[in-house]
Amino acid sequence: MASNRKFGRRSVLKGTAGITGAAIGSGAITGFPVIWAQNNKNIVLRQCGTGVSAINEIAEKCKADLGITLQMTALDSDAVVQRVVTQPNSFDIGDIEYWMIKKVFPGGNLQAMDVKKIKLFDKIVPIFTTGKLKPDSVIAQGTAPSTVSFVEGQGSTKFAKSPTQWFTIVPTIYNADTLGIRPDLVGRKIENWKDILDPKFKGKTSILNIPSIGIMDAAMICESAGIVKYGDKGNMTKAEIDKTIDFLIKTKKDGQFRAFWKTFDESVNLMASGEVVIQSMWSPAVSAVRGKGVPCVYQPLKEGYRAWGGGLSLAKHLQGAQLDAAYDYINWYLSGWVGAFLNRQGYYSAVLETAKANMTPDEWGFWMEGKPAQGDIKNPQGQVVEKAGAVRDGGSFYERMGAVACWNAVMDEDRYMVQKWNSFIAA
Amino acid sequence: MKRVSAWVTYLQVAPLALIFLLFLVVPIATIIVVSFFDYNTTQIIPAFLLQNYEELLLSPVTWATYLQTIQFSIITWAITLVIGFAVAYFLAFEVRSTTWQMVLFLVCTIPFWTSNVIRMISWIPFLGRNGLANMTLMQLGLIREPLEFLLFSNFAVVLTYVHLYTLFMVVPIFNSMMRIDRSLLEAARDAGASSWQTLWTVIVPLCKPGIAIGSIFIVTIVMGDFVTVRMMSGGQSASVSLMMMNAMSLLQYPAAAANAVVLLLLVLFTVAAMMRLVDIRKEL
Repeated sequence: MASNRKFGRRSVLKGTAGITGAAIGSGAITGFPVIWAQNNKNIVLRQCGTGVSAINEIAEKCKADLGITLQMTALDSDAVVQRVVTQPNSFDIGDIEYWMIKKVFPGGNLQAMDVKKIKLFDKIVPIFTTGKLKPDSVIAQGTAPSTVSFVEGQGSTKFAKSPTQWFTIVPTIYNADTLGIRPDLVGRKIENWKDILDPKFKGKTSILNIPSIGIMDAAMICESAGIVKYGDKGNMTKAEIDKTIDFLIKTKKDGQFRAFWKTFDESVNLMASGEVVIQSMWSPAVSAVRGKGVPCVYQPLKEGYRAWGGGLSLAKHLQGAQLDAAYDYINWYLSGWVGAFLNRQGYYSAVLETAKANMTPDEWGFWMEGKPAQGDIKNPQGQVVEKAGAVRDGGSFYERMGAVACWNAVMDEDRYMVQKWNSFIAA
Repeated sequence: MKRVSAWVTYLQVAPLALIFLLFLVVPIATIIVVSFFDYNTTQIIPAFLLQNYEELLLSPVTWATYLQTIQFSIITWAITLVIGFAVAYFLAFEVRSTTWQMVLFLVCTIPFWTSNVIRMISWIPFLGRNGLANMTLMQLGLIREPLEFLLFSNFAVVLTYVHLYTLFMVVPIFNSMMRIDRSLLEAARDAGASSWQTLWTVIVPLCKPGIAIGSIFIVTIVMGDFVTVRMMSGGQSASVSLMMMNAMSLLQYPAAAANAVVLLLLVLFTVAAMMRLVDIRKEL
């Protein structure tokens, strides 16, 4: 039985890669997965994670292809960390972000996965394995994924410096973040992170109020404005934290900020209603603002991007058929359909070539290569998000992911940073 | 015979006592115990430390936040008291027919049929820079520039509190007023009291229990709130509960527990002070 199944899995993956190249979309794949469904139809996997990747279409497609029932719970990032650390039996798949790994993996509620069971491991974008996007790339500051991607052995919670057989999470979704602007309202060229401090925008700016991410945006701004010079923005010293927060407090008291947002929809509403004209933003939020017919640009900046990434981790208690199903799910995730789905939302997927096989050349050119769209570009739900001729803000995958200045991070002085952040919000 | 009746009494008290023990005493005891624990990024460590309290009480942020929360409570309390009293007075003394009293009273509760959060959030598009309020004022020519203080400010927070919680003041005061013997009012008038004197020397003293109950509602709700402050101040202001939220979201449970204990003491103290002013039980 078990060997049958492995054979089935392999052939499906090989099959889909070839077939989907010609037949785009989901039609071609449906013939095969019946084999999988036999094995997994009673399996339920409970996945908890951030809203960004709790996508119903993925759960439906997973049910159709694999027979696995995915129960997704969407929480905010802090709640995910809490859940993983304090309620280890309440989930099977932890959909976590790289910066969280440093916090949750040492807690021992997750198990490292065997890279030998991950079919497309060699095809995963090297940011997540060796850390170098291209052989000559420099690893960015912050919690770079490669620094927390591997542990020293099965059952170990000690992060390995170079790739081992034991992978902490399989990357699924990542992106490079920058500032979003309202091109119709800013009335000037925006080129640097410090431009958010322009007195012209007094009371019309916002940054996000999630301490671990907000502090990074703040650091990009402070560094750009020459207020603070950091050794490592992702791991500040107490003195650097003090300087950064003091500057933020001063800026807040001067009335530069309109609000501090914490959730995706807040950022969309702030921008769409014109309450702010320049703010920290996430890529799909920019699309959502444009979707309302309001112009919005995800402005590339000279200092580079702040990147983030997430992936799937396995709960410690998974074993037997459930563990096999979890590996099936992960392999399926990387096999192309989901990758194409995520790329069409403006995120990036972990295995590029399988995703490419599931996208039209025009879609691939627009989202990944920075080429002007030939025809209308649609989001996964089929709505037109860009008209012919449009070019993605920031350009190609390599231009954007190659210009990452730092990754979202947890600092050694985390506790101190949060206290200071609270004083900034209370000020 | 006497033993049996004691048994029966204990049995009758048992369900409530058990519920209180399980859902009130045990959780609070746990919070108090945890507030002395140590913690790091990933776990809480059983210990007996005063560090959580030291960090909390010695930080100027805490004091500023507590002051802010108390300020919100007092302002909200004062406004809801005036509005609540006026509404209750109108319902109890100006509306003559019992049917209309009940109808109007129900009208007051209609907003409560929708969710608290929705009633709060609906202020955001109304008060925004390009919101209804600003647009209307600008089209009337009353202002040239949109009023920025309307949204994401302490004004917005208090406005929302008043909107959300005034009913908690109306109901108990209305209840107290309905129990006032009308002949007392007539007696006051016969004795030559003006309507202000009647109000001040007869109605208000007799409404004290209602006012006290309403005040306890308002003060405890506002002190424990975090959603309204966060949404309506746009994250610009802090409240004590928001501090706890922040600590908890970073797994700093002991710090949050210590804060919870301090807030609990403050609220208990406030409520005790109110009870001293008005003996609710005697007057109910």
